[in-house]
Amino acid sequence: MATLKEIRSRIKSVKSTRQITKAMEMVAAAKLRRAQQRVAEARPYADRMNDMLGSLAEGASGDITHPYFDNREVKKRTLVIVVSDRGLCGSFNARLLRAADDWLAQYSTSEVELVVVGKRALDYYKSRPYPIAASYIDWGGAMEYEKSKSLVSFLTKRFVDGETDLVNVIYASFVSTAKNIVTNEQYLPIDNPASAADTSVSSEKASESKTSRKEYIFEPSPEKIYASLLPSYALTKMLTALLDSFASEHSARMIAMNTATTAAGDMIDELTLNYNKARQGQITKELLEIVSGAEALNG
Amino acid sequence: MFKLSVVTPIAVYFEEEVSSIVAPGSDGYLGILANHAPIITSLEPGLLTIKDTNQNETEFAIGGGFLEVSGNKATILAESIEPLSEIDLARAEAACKRGKDRIAGLFTDENVDMERSCHSLAKAVNRINLVRRSGRN
Repeated sequence: MATLKEIRSRIKSVKSTRQITKAMEMVAAAKLRRAQQRVAEARPYADRMNDMLGSLAEGASGDITHPYFDNREVKKRTLVIVVSDRGLCGSFNARLLRAADDWLAQYSTSEVELVVVGKRALDYYKSRPYPIAASYIDWGGAMEYEKSKSLVSFLTKRFVDGETDLVNVIYASFVSTAKNIVTNEQYLPIDNPASAADTSVSSEKASESKTSRKEYIFEPSPEKIYASLLPSYALTKMLTALLDSFASEHSARMIAMNTATTAAGDMIDELTLNYNKARQGQITKELLEIVSGAEALNG
Repeated sequence: MFKLSVVTPIAVYFEEEVSSIVAPGSDGYLGILANHAPIITSLEPGLLTIKDTNQNETEFAIGGGFLEVSGNKATILAESIEPLSEIDLARAEAACKRGKDRIAGLFTDENVDMERSCHSLAKAVNRINLVRRSGRN
């Protein structure tokens, strides 16, 4: 059995660990609140933009071409993997990286390339054979507009220049504090809504379009509107994914730290019990020694 | 009277009944009244005028975006928007200078994104012009 002194120092160290995890939980909770708010604030814009793209497809006649719609034979694929910069968030990163590995395993290393977002992914893939085309790290757990913009322009440029034929994004889509879903989404080429107009527009619009097909006026022309709408659409889509990922990260960290705090509490209880047992044992032992010593004298 | 929503990437900025708007379309300013025919247009950086139901006009600087009108509902997706009175002139001037520098650096630095630089310059210039025009300093 461990000595009293050992147990005492264990208890002390677990207590200070609990204090730290407790503080981290509170920090994560505060950050989560902010991230969650930003997710909610950004959603209307993304939704309206989706609707507008739907109306545009609905109203524009003929084939609209745009470089982002270019659905060509896929020779090279790019995977954008969005994880966190820092750890201590439970299985958050492990789940995402496993999904990425599963996806990558379908192809040979020369067919794929990676764009990593978050330091954890960079650390993970540094020593693996897949080529890393670019990395965007040190976000500090919050959205940086400029960094996201340069990520998007990197991806779109690569796609338009023909250096990659397909871009997928793996990120944690935020559902609630307790739940996020590992999502693997095709980012580029964008599904041409003209060919899938009925499925891509929101249900409200879809039912509208069945009853009365609207004749839209386009200014300047559908092509030109597409040309300016699609880059915004691509940016918005990435921003949504990033915002979701940050919110998910903070919620994962909050839950992980909450579990750690509870576990530390349990451990302290157990150690305290052991400590008291050991103390009692020692007292009994000392008493026995005194009694038997006294008896030996009497004898 | 019709319903206007102005949505930015950060929030729903404005959602109310209005009587008319004048927006900076790519082909020039266009006015929208109630029951306008369905239209989709892209917007340039410029001046957005909203006339509310009491005929009071409010002017906003808009940094480009898109406008859709359908079924007596207008939606503006604005990249950025603020009332003229809230424009930060110093910030706009700094952005203007930065944009010019970036474009000037195009010949030496090939990493400059021409389109983006021009766009942010246009937004800055728009803000400065609108402030000057309104006579606020």
